[in-house]
Amino acid sequence: MRESSRTRTSAAAKATQVDRAPAALRDAVPWYREMVLARRFEEEAERAFRRGKIGGYLHVYTGQEAVAAGWLAGLRPDDIFFTAYRDHAYALFRGSSPNAVMAELFGKATGVAKGKGGSMHLFDVSRGFYGGYGIVGGHVPLATGAAYAVRYLGTDRVCLCFLGDGAMNTGAFHEPVNMAGVWGRDGLCPIVYIVENNQYGMGTSVERSSAVPNLAARFGAYAIEHERADGMDFLAVRTLAARVIAQVRATGRPYAVEMLTSRFAGHGAADLFQPYRSKDEITKAKDRDPIAILEQHLREAGVLREAEARRIHDEASRIVLDALRFAEESPEPDPGELFADIYGLP
Amino acid sequence: MAELTYRDALRTTLIEEMDRDPAVLLLGEDIGVYQGTFRVTADLLDRYGPRRVIDTPISELGFVGAAVGMAMLGLRPVVEVMTWNFSLLALDQIVNNAAKVRYFSGGQVDVPLVIRGPNGAGVQLSAQHSQSLEATYSHFPGLFVATPATPAEAKGLLRTAIRGKDPVVFLENAALYGMKGDVPDAEFVIPFGRAEVARPGADVTIVAYSRMLHVAMNAADRLAGDGVDVEVINLRTLRPLDMETVVASVRRTHRAVVVQEQWKPFGTAAEIAASIYEQAFDDLDAPVERVTGADVPMPYARNLELLAIPHEDDIVRAVKKTLNRA
Repeated sequence: MRESSRTRTSAAAKATQVDRAPAALRDAVPWYREMVLARRFEEEAERAFRRGKIGGYLHVYTGQEAVAAGWLAGLRPDDIFFTAYRDHAYALFRGSSPNAVMAELFGKATGVAKGKGGSMHLFDVSRGFYGGYGIVGGHVPLATGAAYAVRYLGTDRVCLCFLGDGAMNTGAFHEPVNMAGVWGRDGLCPIVYIVENNQYGMGTSVERSSAVPNLAARFGAYAIEHERADGMDFLAVRTLAARVIAQVRATGRPYAVEMLTSRFAGHGAADLFQPYRSKDEITKAKDRDPIAILEQHLREAGVLREAEARRIHDEASRIVLDALRFAEESPEPDPGELFADIYGLP
Repeated sequence: MAELTYRDALRTTLIEEMDRDPAVLLLGEDIGVYQGTFRVTADLLDRYGPRRVIDTPISELGFVGAAVGMAMLGLRPVVEVMTWNFSLLALDQIVNNAAKVRYFSGGQVDVPLVIRGPNGAGVQLSAQHSQSLEATYSHFPGLFVATPATPAEAKGLLRTAIRGKDPVVFLENAALYGMKGDVPDAEFVIPFGRAEVARPGADVTIVAYSRMLHVAMNAADRLAGDGVDVEVINLRTLRPLDMETVVASVRRTHRAVVVQEQWKPFGTAAEIAASIYEQAFDDLDAPVERVTGADVPMPYARNLELLAIPHEDDIVRAVKKTLNRA
């Protein structure tokens, strides 16, 4: 946001024309429902964490919903994606059961990973979700190799790699992204690197940690086409995502998009006081709430009435409360699970 | 049965597996145009083309991690690390991704990945290029660790590694690449976790693997001249570790010497010795002896280097010690 207009690359100059026709907006209503659900899910997950029902770490996605929703809206069912550890919303948007996602957070046998991964390691391979990963940047090589694999196998599937701004300064970012630039010359790396720049790697700002804070521009070092765009407006993200995914699918070449977004909560559930930013900054960020922005678009277009919006919120609450109950009542993993899934054996 | 070098046993196995399964592909530094630092992949770029024989940048973290992602999607990548010393740059990918992704996904993915290359001391390669990392990798659940000592094992174990569902740390040894030996033809496979009695004997058990097997066999020959009948166990894989064969041998001989090239503290020999104590304490007539490399960064000067790695003499001395004849 700070310098987006000045530092746009030539690729980004083709401004995204957002389709605001009623039909396109009607298609967005289900995504509004998804985003509301994800928001409610995170609110209740934080509450459950404070009640001691969820252990370990908990990183909520509140504020960034339009990014995951906009991009996943552009994927085919057979496409694949990898994420970092702030990963609950992707699973929900991709159709994983809220019950199974919440149960995973609770460490229950009915979780998406049988209670063995937890909040940071959601997986749903049947839906192309190849996992949330806990080491910053560590999944970027995996996603890059997976993109090579889908082409090697002769398919036109596409791989999305979601990463945070903090990951941009890891070696695990630079090595595979260089390889993607090389493999892309032969059309062998259909990947989109989606940098969710929420402006903080834990508590250290992009400005303080990055010699070049224009993160999109850094992909230029590896000959990867890139652009920078607002990540708070679902409709704009969805339109951009559709264009980029179509291009990557057609060319097999990597592409990078820096999405400017905001993390409304702390880094993790333990980051209560956020000493690295002011209350005022947080309040300002919340003025551009992606759910409110989408709701406004839908209301203005007349495809979402107030009663319907209220019904969507109530429905989301009910689904999340059901998920909490399901997670609470689900059994713990059988002790025999301790030694299962270490090897697949020959 | 054909006579092959250790190098050719590896290379022909790669060819046979690539011919058999199009999902097998190779990645590594200078494995293609350059023909491979130790020529294990010589000619394979011409045979299979650049999609299947990928010359990578010098980016161990990047290409090992990429291979993990390929394996998760159903390919069977075989990654060459120029030496295992360089694998430390990829340690996070091996330990935190390859070894664990099956587990933390609740069993949703296989990771049929082989990482192979030379491990251990060479000749005057000094501190950064002479390490033996088998104990480091054997520490982690989720990895298999293979240590072939002969051309036949190179073939039989590599085939098992490539056809499996799990990440395999495949530790070759540069000093063995030129070694010749008989290799069974075609579908020859050696399963993981089955040690071999390389030499039967009654008085003392020597446990060894990789290049140290040959040093142990020479020591056993010498000891035979002194009237000591040594049994030598060749482990073949460290994970899984075939303690059953080791313990059965120790129950007969009542004495054990474990040999490793790596540093003594927290090493393979410590693990094996502890397991012998746990499972066969009452059968022992002497403490288990460990023959290991010196606990120093590898020096460059040849005389110092020779002092830092285990030799026949060290093994002979250790065996005699267990017999109270030192």
